[in-house]
Formats: sequence, structure tokens, C-alpha cells
Amino acid sequence: MIIAERKPLEEIAAMAAPYERICVLGCNTCVGVCMAGGEKEAEETAALLRIHRKKENQSGAVEVFSIERQCEYEFIDEVLEKLKSYDLIVSLACGVGVQTMIEHVPSLRVVPGLNTTSMGYPTEQGVWAERCLGCGDCVLHLTMGICPITRCAKSILNGPCGGSAEGKCEVSEDIECAWQLIHDRLASFGRISDLTEIQPPKDWSSSHHGGPRTTVREDVRIDRGE
Amino acid sequence: MIAGSNLEKVINSGNFVVTGELGPPKSADITQLKHHAEEMKNHVDAFNITDNQTAIVRTSSIACGATLVQMGLEPIIQITVRDRNRICIQSDVLGAEALGMKNILCLSGDHQIFGNEGSSKGVYDIDSMQLLKGLKDMRDENRFMGGDELEAPISYYLGAVENPFSDPFEYRVDRLEKKINAGASFIQTQCIFDLDRFEKWMEMVRARGLHKKVAILGGVTPIKSLGAARYMKNNVSGITIPDQLIERIKGAEKKKVEGLNVCIETIQRLQEIEGVAGVHIMAIAWEEIVPEIVERAGLYPRPKV
Repeated sequence: MIIAERKPLEEIAAMAAPYERICVLGCNTCVGVCMAGGEKEAEETAALLRIHRKKENQSGAVEVFSIERQCEYEFIDEVLEKLKSYDLIVSLACGVGVQTMIEHVPSLRVVPGLNTTSMGYPTEQGVWAERCLGCGDCVLHLTMGICPITRCAKSILNGPCGGSAEGKCEVSEDIECAWQLIHDRLASFGRISDLTEIQPPKDWSSSHHGGPRTTVREDVRIDRGE
Repeated sequence: MIAGSNLEKVINSGNFVVTGELGPPKSADITQLKHHAEEMKNHVDAFNITDNQTAIVRTSSIACGATLVQMGLEPIIQITVRDRNRICIQSDVLGAEALGMKNILCLSGDHQIFGNEGSSKGVYDIDSMQLLKGLKDMRDENRFMGGDELEAPISYYLGAVENPFSDPFEYRVDRLEKKINAGASFIQTQCIFDLDRFEKWMEMVRARGLHKKVAILGGVTPIKSLGAARYMKNNVSGITIPDQLIERIKGAEKKKVEGLNVCIETIQRLQEIEGVAGVHIMAIAWEEIVPEIVERAGLYPRPKV
């Protein structure tokens, strides 16, 4: 899922400062699950923002509510009239949510309340680890299910580099060396010789480096007629 | 003969090779670098020029290499994949060739987070293995990484690095073999302070006959002070220094002299290890000591080939 974390309150308060009628809008799917922008976090952010604004002697009102997903038109449409009544929406969705809202309703003024960090999963309560960069050309079959594009700080395809020490990445002792993990998992399956083959340079054109990507599925598109 | 560089000739002659290292400055004033090159020129067969080492912005390795060529000396251009994509790397390699540089060393490079531009975007379009293979194909197949043909052939001598002190240890020999297959004619290792581990690695190298397929130059660095040893142990990626060695330096009355002794002993032991073709001396910030090291290790004069 998409992982995010809330921006510092001061940053949100500064974005909201010029406005009177403000809505903190939660998003209950990915960022709700990772406890960054769901209903509870939206309530909390709104409360903190109100206190901050009171301290700064700012007038106006901060309201709060949440929708299921800010990244789908149908959920936005359900609350459209209400959304239009605010001067500013502080979106607690990921970056996709913020953009879906302004593309669907250009008159809305929406600012991000979260920093979208990654695609990953919770390895334990309160810890979310990145596992996919969305490069558009999955190599997990070559690397025993461990992504070197995401988990190696140098995205090496013929690893490990010379900075791998005692299972850790040269960048930080808090980062596991992805290639040590791949090596060990290949070894446990008796497939260490897989590493002999030189993996060719990656075709990055399927990733963001080819420009923004649009996925089109003709088989599921709705024929809108002439 | 591939490129006809002095390095290649000395390697082929079977003499024990000596390479030195020059670190470009954090300015455009390369007077010091030229001075160090002059100091060392009779004692080394070629000079590595580092490529923004430890991710700190410095004068480019190719610019410094061109200066060395003008001085009649021979550079080994280090190229990392950290800062340049395949378009830029191939273009730079053509430029280096055009300016008379004949040796290229392929590396990953220290991660940008270690340097003075920690918020920069790391490129890593290709990895060091792909760089090696790509440059080999440019030379041997006359085609760029993307498949397009070169308008005229090029020839350079290709090397790579290996670190017997990083993990997983048992994979380090496989990786050496992979680099040989990718195109490395010579290998320079990370600084050797743990000779026991290095010898164990060399045993595995010999067991596979890899020392006959590639020239292995063992990396050494003279330790200038206890602080320098501790700094390398704790802060330099990929370097291990045994506690025993730290104790030896600590216990010595003259730490600098002892550090030098350790370095010379290491080179002498390297000369006795079957399959070690030479030494790469990395005396960064202590370049003036290189002639003494080479002479005391019994490696002077250098062969004229």
C-alpha cells in the first residue's frame, strides 16, 4: 500500500494561514491503514490546527471529515457540494489524492497535509518498510522475491557492491543489504549459481524516467460511443 | 596487447606492478596534484585518479588525467556509476580516449549520502558490472550500450575493483569471476589491513585459477596516525582494520613510523602471495611518502617496458 506521514504542523498551519474556511479531509484507505491520514488522524490534525490558529489569533473555522478514497471521482462526488464550500482543503491523502481532487474539481484549492513516502507494508506495529518503486518492469523472479531496485541504495542488478558489511548497507546500519538477502535466499534454495549471469542494464523507460506513465487497458474501458 | 598502456605492458611483463593514487582537489587549482605526480612518477607505473571520491565534489578525474597525459605520465581514470548515466559515461570515455588516456577503472562509487552534496540524486542508471561489460563491448564489439555502432574503433585497458573485506565473503570470489567475465583485465582491491582474510580470499581465487585470468593488485594505505586508523575503521565504507593492528599503532612510540612499517610489511607479504600481480598504493594526504614505500619494499627502480 501507499505509505505516508503527516507534514509538521507548522508547515500545515503556514499553508492554511491566509484562509478562513478550512477543511481537513481524511482519506480512509491506504493512508488510513498506515495511520497517517485516516479519520482519526484528520480529527487530530484539525484539533491541533484549531489550537495553533487560536494561539496566532487567526479567525475562521477548521472543519473535518473523511472520505473512503480521494483518488476516485465517485467518492469525491458524494461530498462535492460540501467541499466547494471551503476556502481551503488540507488533504490528508497521498499525493495522488490531492491531484485527483484538483483535476476532477479545478475550482477547489487543495494543499497536501501529508508527505507521501513509499509503497510498502508494516513490518511491525508503527514501522512501514518500502518494497516497491513501481519501476514498471518487475525483476522479482530473478532475485528470489527481494527487490534490488527498491531495497539496494544503488539499485544494483549485479550486487552486492563492496560496501556491504555484515548484512548491512554502506548507507546505514539500519538498512539491510538487499544483495546479502538475495544471496542468502538463493543459497538456501541451492541456486547461488544464478548470480553468475551478468544482468544487462535495466530499461528505465518503463519507469518514471520514461516520463509520467499512463496505464491503458482497452479490455476494461467503457465504450463511450461516437 | 589491448591498449598498449604502460600499465598493461608492466602487467604483461610479469614484473610486480606498482600503481599510485591521486585525489583531485576541491578547487580548480591542481598545482598540488601535479606536484604529487612529479614526486611519484619514477616510483609508480600508473596513477589512479579518483572520481569525486567519497562523493565529495572535486575536479573531474578526466580533466586531471588529461593534465597527466600532458606531463607525459599515465593515468588510470576512475569512473563511478553514481553521478552519470550511460549517455554521459560513454561520452566521457570517448573524451578520455581522445585526450590520450588508456586505462579505465570501473566502480560503483560511494553513495552520495557520504559526501558534501548529500541531498543530490544518485544516478545508478547502470551498475559497475554493466559498466565494465558495456565498455568492453564498446571496445571489442564496436557498439555502444544501446547497440548503435561507433564511427571508429577505440581501445582502452579495463580494470575493476573488488573488496575481499566486504560481505558475503564467500561470494567475493564469484563476484571477481563475474568481473573478469564482464571485461576486467586488472583488479585493484580495497585497502588490505587484514592480511589473513586477504590470503584466504587469494586461496579461493587460486583454487579457481582466476589469478591467471586477471592481474590482481592488492590495495595498501599507509596509516599516518592512530586517529586516521580509527577514522578508516569506523567511517570509510568497505574497510576493515583488525583491533590487533590498531593496538600495534597505539603501542608504538612513533605512530607514523609504525604505520609506514605496517604498510611496507604488507607489500612484502603481498609479493610472496602466489597470484598477486602488484600493489596499488593509496597514500591520500601522504603522497610524498610513496617513493620511500616503494624503495623500502624493494620495488625500485620500476621496469622500463
